[in-house]
Amino acid sequence: MRPLMRRRAPDPAPSRLTYRAQRLWLTPIFRKMLRVGLPSFTLVLVAGSFLADPATQQRVIDSLAETRREIEDRPEFRVTVLGITGAGPVVTEEVRGALALDLPLSSFDIDLAALRARVEALPAVASADLRIRSGGYLSVGVVERVPAFIWQTRGGPVLIDAGGQFIASLDARPDTPPLPLIGGDGADRVTAEAARLFATAAPLGPRLRGLVRMGERRWDVVLVDDRRILLPETGAVAALDRALALHEATELFDRDVARIDLRNPDRLTVQLTPEAVGALRALRAEQGVQSSGEQSG
Amino acid sequence: MSMLYHAQRAMRAKRQEAIRRGVIAILDIGTFKISCLVLRFDNPDEEIASDAIGTLAGQSNFRVIGAATTRSRGVKFGEIDSCQEAERSIRTAVQAAQKMAQTRVDHVIVSIAGGRPRSYGLDGKVALSSGTVDDIDVANALAACEVPDLGQGRDVLHAQPVNFALDHRSGLTDPRGHVGHDLSVDMHLLAIDHAAIETLLYCVKRCDLELAGLASAGYVAGISSLVEDEQELGAACIDMGGGATSLSIFMKKHMIFADTVRMGGDHVTGDISQGLQIPTVHAERIKTRFGGVIATGMDDREIIELQGDTGDWNHDRRTISRAELIGVMRPRVEEILEEVRVRLDAAGFDHLPSQRIVLTGGASQVPGLDGLASRILGNQVRLGRPLRVQGLPQSTCGPAFSACVGLALFAAHPQDEWWDFETPADRYPARSLKRAVKWFRDNW
Repeated sequence: MRPLMRRRAPDPAPSRLTYRAQRLWLTPIFRKMLRVGLPSFTLVLVAGSFLADPATQQRVIDSLAETRREIEDRPEFRVTVLGITGAGPVVTEEVRGALALDLPLSSFDIDLAALRARVEALPAVASADLRIRSGGYLSVGVVERVPAFIWQTRGGPVLIDAGGQFIASLDARPDTPPLPLIGGDGADRVTAEAARLFATAAPLGPRLRGLVRMGERRWDVVLVDDRRILLPETGAVAALDRALALHEATELFDRDVARIDLRNPDRLTVQLTPEAVGALRALRAEQGVQSSGEQSG
Repeated sequence: MSMLYHAQRAMRAKRQEAIRRGVIAILDIGTFKISCLVLRFDNPDEEIASDAIGTLAGQSNFRVIGAATTRSRGVKFGEIDSCQEAERSIRTAVQAAQKMAQTRVDHVIVSIAGGRPRSYGLDGKVALSSGTVDDIDVANALAACEVPDLGQGRDVLHAQPVNFALDHRSGLTDPRGHVGHDLSVDMHLLAIDHAAIETLLYCVKRCDLELAGLASAGYVAGISSLVEDEQELGAACIDMGGGATSLSIFMKKHMIFADTVRMGGDHVTGDISQGLQIPTVHAERIKTRFGGVIATGMDDREIIELQGDTGDWNHDRRTISRAELIGVMRPRVEEILEEVRVRLDAAGFDHLPSQRIVLTGGASQVPGLDGLASRILGNQVRLGRPLRVQGLPQSTCGPAFSACVGLALFAAHPQDEWWDFETPADRYPARSLKRAVKWFRDNW
């Protein structure tokens, strides 16, 4: 049966609008814009409108910081052990105190440069080397200052190293081995000369008590019984050598002299002890009586 | 004539721009079908040879990337009859081709079969200023051609220099560089109705396309279906379309004559429809499935069932033998071929050295047509198919698409036309001087 109302077949031709739309769609730049430009624009727009609110910005920043915190707090990054090497027990305790680390701590929170500066600020530490090793181990390699002299100051004896740097009070280091003793203001600034003088004075042996810096100009060598060798400002080592040579020749220091003055290189002056002076005077008097008689006679 | 010059030059500029862009569309508006090809030019940097005719082997620099064919509507005798309908079918074809090509085309080259084309042979002669022929001399010779009265509402479609003669030497393809005294040129001019071009322009514009070229269907069918030696030695190409049969005569690789017989395959279908009282659609189907022009004894026994939708059982269930169908078809085909014969004779085709005739076009696929044609047109008849073009789908390789393929070749290698040469420089001053004198006379 044929239907009474015959339906017309649809026109196969595209409408003008469809045709134009398809041509537009086939335009390469339009296609690229629609495929890349529009999504990216939408994305930027959505993200921009979302982030425009300051509360949202804060929330995003907070959540980012939280995530960062969580990652930093993972056990892989945790520092649990502090190892200090290269220092004696006293200095180790000092370094530990200076670091003041509240372990365990995340390795991201440890500022190694600042810690190193703090450790190196300690007087007893020459240099420090800080590293975070695997296994949460913070190793601190410390190079201690080596005490070279005991410096007698008004505040009491202190230890200084060969460069004159203060290390510690002698009272704080009761187990210090015997060291050369120096004294006087400004003695720590000329430790090199002091060391040379001590080396020169080695033949004096136990008779040597120490060196005293006089008027921040020159050295006095102090021997036992408060006897002194006054050294000149320049050529102190040579002068001491001369004195020692004199001692070897005449056993000068075994005699009853209070001070040997080498300040004037042309003239060596010896001050006798008062008893010796008295004795000498007595002897002189005695001799003088005889000699005056002789002389007079 | 100056208007034509500018219009054609603008079209040429558009074509070159499209080729530079790399994509151009080919639109063959026929009476039966409208087909659209989208061409991609691979090396657009290469200049189109504008000073020599294209070789047929040179079609490798383009590739067909989209092809679509649709049923034509609103076209009669190869001319647009109803603008809206034609526009719709152009849109259908272009859209499908664009979809296949996955690209948008803006420029289109169109072939037109109708418009009552008429050929004119022109000749011009000029004395050479210097001894050697150069571009200016060629342009002067072309300008010296006496343009005949084309009649009211006629427009020039093609104006091709086909032959150059220098003194006594004739048959020069390119006279530039030759030495002589007098240069004469033979030009073939093809004029068609102005209205047909205008309507076509309107339809193309309505489809948001720009016209980048216009060619006669007979000419482009000849380009694609005549082989090179046929074009060289002389041959006629008969493009049997749906509503019009175009014929073009080639000689020395130039078209020297073109004409149209306003009859074609649709008339055969109409005859079947009228003679057997069946709808046109069924008549078309019967024609393509069982059609023929030479009856044999076998055909009396081959029974064809006719279909109809009148509701009358006896009317709708008739049968005929194939011999009867052939009896309906043959007179019309003979009439077309006779008419072609007349046109060929009028053109003086029998004076040509080679009498080769190539039948192509959709209506040439009737079985036995070559036998019938050789009886009417002469012995040297063959059925032609278009050249193979890179990327062309198998379905568009048949003889029905020879105009289409030819148009693609035409787009790739356009032949020199009159307007491709520069206008002679001495024309302008003369005219402007005359205008100045006129102005003086008018004002003082």
